[in-house]
Amino acid sequence: MEMFKKVKKVRYYIFLFLLPALFIYTIFMILPLFNSMRMSFYTGKGIVPDQFCGFQNYVKLFTQFPFRERLSNAFLNNIKFFLMVSIFQNVTGFFLAILLTRNVKGVKFFRTIYFLPTALSVIVVGFLFRLILNPVWGIFDKILRVIGLDFLIRPWLGDPVTALPVLAIVTAWHMIGIPIIFFTAGIDGISEEIIEASRIDGVNIWGEIRHMIFPLVKPIIGIVFILTFVGNFSEFEIVYSMETAYGNPAYATDIFGSFFYRTTFGTVMNVVSDVGLGAAIATIMFILILIGVIIFLRLSQRTD
Amino acid sequence: MNINFKNRKVNYFTRFGIYFVLIFQCLIIAFPLFLMVMSSFKSNREIFKAPFKLPATLNMENYRKLFLQSNYLRYFLNSIVVSLAAILIILIASSLASYAISKYRFPLNKFIFFYFLAGLMIPIRLGTINIMQMFIKLNLYNNLLSLIIIYSAYGIPAGILIFTGFMNDIPNELSDSARVDGCSEIGIFRKIIVPLLGPAIVVVAVYNLIPIWNDFWFPLVLINSDNLMTIPLATAKLFGKHETNYGLIFAILTSAAVPPMILFATLSRYFIKGLTAGAIKG
Repeated sequence: MEMFKKVKKVRYYIFLFLLPALFIYTIFMILPLFNSMRMSFYTGKGIVPDQFCGFQNYVKLFTQFPFRERLSNAFLNNIKFFLMVSIFQNVTGFFLAILLTRNVKGVKFFRTIYFLPTALSVIVVGFLFRLILNPVWGIFDKILRVIGLDFLIRPWLGDPVTALPVLAIVTAWHMIGIPIIFFTAGIDGISEEIIEASRIDGVNIWGEIRHMIFPLVKPIIGIVFILTFVGNFSEFEIVYSMETAYGNPAYATDIFGSFFYRTTFGTVMNVVSDVGLGAAIATIMFILILIGVIIFLRLSQRTD
Repeated sequence: MNINFKNRKVNYFTRFGIYFVLIFQCLIIAFPLFLMVMSSFKSNREIFKAPFKLPATLNMENYRKLFLQSNYLRYFLNSIVVSLAAILIILIASSLASYAISKYRFPLNKFIFFYFLAGLMIPIRLGTINIMQMFIKLNLYNNLLSLIIIYSAYGIPAGILIFTGFMNDIPNELSDSARVDGCSEIGIFRKIIVPLLGPAIVVVAVYNLIPIWNDFWFPLVLINSDNLMTIPLATAKLFGKHETNYGLIFAILTSAAVPPMILFATLSRYFIKGLTAGAIKG
């Protein structure tokens, strides 16, 4: 009897300990996510659409002008953006991490510098590079002239060909510290026996990367790509700060985040907002992110 | 401690190549920041005429304008209040929940842990529509409290991941003997667990502080009064207002960039611990 009472009392405390976190997390993060998805089946004016409309918002998004064009454009741009960020940020970060784990001095200093931009708000980074690339000030073009590359000069943010790659490079500049930290931690974690074995075998650097570093840090590569994917498919600020919420020029930098923002909260920008339609876009984003996470988890855990 | 590739000999040619790449990357990262800070001490004329030169004098005019003619100290205070309040809630809620998950066996224990961890993969902004509706209903729209609540919810998953990892390493003998001595469950948490959490508290706080301090999305959607703006939203507003005054704009960007960078330079090892928690063991 005594024992039973005690167990019951402990149960009560477990509940008490879990309550604050469960309450805040569920009410303000999980439920809003699903309630927002529910909004995608409603239509109407204002912030709370109240007329049930079934899949009408999705039909609109996938079949009607201009929504269909905007959706497929945002999707393609987002894929391109992700691929470019993956190269400029993660692949570069991987090779820098290999250099940072060699027998060289000053590694800590380099790592700190590479990591510094991570402390900045995307909005600050976006505005800073908007000024640097601005043809009126022309500081970037001046640098190109100095090193004899003036034939490259163009309106970087105004040319539909260069705008999106520029945004990807700026994002990589901002976030390259993250993959570097992950990869250096992973490479530092490779055990001595394996390193010894490769030394005896006389493996060269490429062999080392292919047969030793790559397979052993594969789960970490998976994590880095998941973080990048989730981040890129919900990215908004870099487009907003460098190319406005319209994804200028001519929607060349319009990705899901800016499309969602414009559609949902557009009234301030003289476009009538459609919260139900915005909710449908958010739902599509959620599904894409889920699929992406599952794919990268599968890829990184597969052993071959 | 680090058993790795470092004890391998590197020949001079390779070493030169490695340094060349590392220093080149260093310049790419540092130059824009250097340009930003330097230009904030220059007049518009100087910025256009001698963009690469160090400022002739340490001209504080841009900062004087920013701090005297705008509500900047207010924005700064708003950012501090929001960040600190959210971090405090995150610390309390997630340490308590982690204690339950880590130290008690109960049905759904694992499930609850993974339920929290799912939050690390889900961008909270996908629920913005309902978050906004909810805060309008609760009369908290355009109120700093809405930001505090949202950032608390955002930070709890990472807090729980870091705290449970840490608490799993605390031996059970300590709390068991206290329990035998008649200490209550809350007493055990307060007197035995919390004093041991020091390093984990710093990791959770620093790891959440940077994204919360820098967030632009939620203030953009939930705040519209000037005197309730946080630094990132105020930066965007001031940028739009003074787009042609380069010196002032660089002062605005530098003022937004320097506090988190100083914090980061001094506390980055805690941030790194938070970042790699769970992902890399050891």
